[in-house]
Amino acid sequence: MSGILGKKIGMTSVYDDNGVSVPCTVIEAGPCFVTQIKTKDKDGYDSIQLGFDQKAERLVNEPLKGHFAKAGAKALRLLREFRNFNDLKFELGQEVRVDTMFTQGDTVDVSARSKGKGFQGVVRRHHFGGVGSQTHGQSDRQRAPGSIGGSSYPSRVFKGMRMAGRMGFDNVTVKNLKVLKVIPESNLILVKGSIPGAKNTYVTITK
Amino acid sequence: MDKIKLVEAAFMKSEIPDFKVGDSLNVHVRVVEGEKERIQQYQGVVIGRRGEGMGATFTVRKISDGVGVERIFPLHSPRIAKIERVKEGHSRRSKLYYLRGLAAKQIRQKTGANQ
Repeated sequence: MSGILGKKIGMTSVYDDNGVSVPCTVIEAGPCFVTQIKTKDKDGYDSIQLGFDQKAERLVNEPLKGHFAKAGAKALRLLREFRNFNDLKFELGQEVRVDTMFTQGDTVDVSARSKGKGFQGVVRRHHFGGVGSQTHGQSDRQRAPGSIGGSSYPSRVFKGMRMAGRMGFDNVTVKNLKVLKVIPESNLILVKGSIPGAKNTYVTITK
Repeated sequence: MDKIKLVEAAFMKSEIPDFKVGDSLNVHVRVVEGEKERIQQYQGVVIGRRGEGMGATFTVRKISDGVGVERIFPLHSPRIAKIERVKEGHSRRSKLYYLRGLAAKQIRQKTGANQ
């Protein structure tokens, strides 16, 4: 599994070779820097830590400053680990770019934080059908959750019962998106379809 | 937003004739029939333009055998081989939907279209 970090730019549509309009998401991916290499002997497992999005040096606290100095990397906002980078060799501080990771036609998975929806009822959050009908004397049951359990038995509400609550702002992965184009000069990658999150959300693209 | 424009620029057509609502166009459409591809011409009055970037479209209305036909074309679609401006028209509206209720002669008077 090889991957890269990026930022969602937005959506547009492009035309494929047959002249069909294809919806796509533009992601600014990389350049990333290798900030740490974990090995089985030392850390118990193999992984690569990548950093993305430069920030000002003054915003870095002391421990992280040392971490970046060790790797010879600039101050970075986002650090993420990737396991099983076995087939590729990396050095500390090495720059990782989109075009070294992905090419046109690849299938990738994209993970990101989804947009927060706030406190939502069961109809929106869990696709319940609601209870009542609009007419026949009903007044306020249209989006209600219905019964949440029996009274004499079990006399309690089961754990995990789907109810109203906070929705969104979850880590969501969209699998098997096709890479439509890679533009190395401007560190952009185009994937087919939509991905989670708002614009400027950090995303992880893996293959 | 600029980065999206950068991406779109590679897919957009570089040369699109300057046309506006009320003009008469001859649109050359690529039609794929099985293996073969041919060009079909579609001539009519532009009754609207909307959208920007890759999503820009324009609507062309014509009367075909006494039946009004409207086609909406994506401006940057590679299926459109050529857009030819047949006649310049004039319009005081951005959308000429009111032409739907008019006779051919009135359309001619309103836009100067030679349909």
